[in-house]
Amino acid sequence: MSSNAIIFISVALVLSLLSFLMDRQKTVAGFKRGWQMFRGLLLPFLNILILVSIFLYLIPPSLINQYLGAGSGILGFLIAALVGSVTLIPAFISYPIAAGLLQQGASYAVVATFMTTLMMVGVVTLPLEIKYLGRRVAITRNALNFVAAVIIGLMVGIIL
Amino acid sequence: MRKFAKRYQVYVWIAALAIATALSFVFGFNPGQTVFLNFRVSFVEMISFVPFLFIIVGLFDVWVPKESIQKHIGEESGLKGMALVILLAMLQAGPLYGAFPVAYILYKKGASIRNIFIYLGAFSSMKIPMLGIEIGYLGIEFTLARTLISLPLFIAIGFLMERYLRGKEFKVVSPSSPGTPGK
Repeated sequence: MSSNAIIFISVALVLSLLSFLMDRQKTVAGFKRGWQMFRGLLLPFLNILILVSIFLYLIPPSLINQYLGAGSGILGFLIAALVGSVTLIPAFISYPIAAGLLQQGASYAVVATFMTTLMMVGVVTLPLEIKYLGRRVAITRNALNFVAAVIIGLMVGIIL
Repeated sequence: MRKFAKRYQVYVWIAALAIATALSFVFGFNPGQTVFLNFRVSFVEMISFVPFLFIIVGLFDVWVPKESIQKHIGEESGLKGMALVILLAMLQAGPLYGAFPVAYILYKKGASIRNIFIYLGAFSSMKIPMLGIEIGYLGIEFTLARTLISLPLFIAIGFLMERYLRGKEFKVVSPSSPGTPGK
């Protein structure tokens, strides 16, 4: 069993026990909430796992390494930042993709930039954001977020 | 028929994988077998921690009521107000477009411009369920590094937006109630 599983299982057990001792009904309600969220996520998650499994087979590590690896320089960054900004992948299911990229030789900086732009910059959701905040503000917010996302990616790459 | 197709289209990928895997093993088609083995590894990885993460998230949801935090937003200013919007954002789940309706509520409750943008920043990158998955897939070091670098940056964006909008007319509008824009 992976260390991940052990940590998550122990935390879940301890919290459940505490919660159960304090309030039985609330605990059951919490389990139900969690189950609902998990069920809503399960199918999209499985679909992404299937896609990643196919990509892991089709795309050789050498290719990933060349374009997104440590030696890819500015090009890897640009690809990660642009793809991250324009695609609308829920953060949740983007993590298996990020882990797959790392496994195939992409650098931490590139993967971090992909993740941060994905989270913080939303070109596809911009029309909706404009409805709430107005055109000028929404565009300014996304531009600032883009700069911040690239800075975060670079710094994570330097640290790790 | 259309109803049937709509109901089951979400299972198309799973069904395709099952059929392709069965055929690959029957006919000894190597690529198909490799893809399935890849899938099995990532499925086991996922199922060994994600359900437990959702137990944690579900318990958070019932014990830390978002409504009561929301109630105090707008009344508190300074560091406390900032901490409150970040906490509220961390307790959310779901994609960014779910953040705008809450931003509208914060605006109506009198939250500062700065705190509205800090909320959006924290929502995009510090939701607890998301951090859990991030730790599971990319490790605690990655998650900590990314979060600790992000935090000051989106607080800075909050200050920048407030400065940029000073003296300009700014309001958050709810598209669902077109008759009362920013009222």
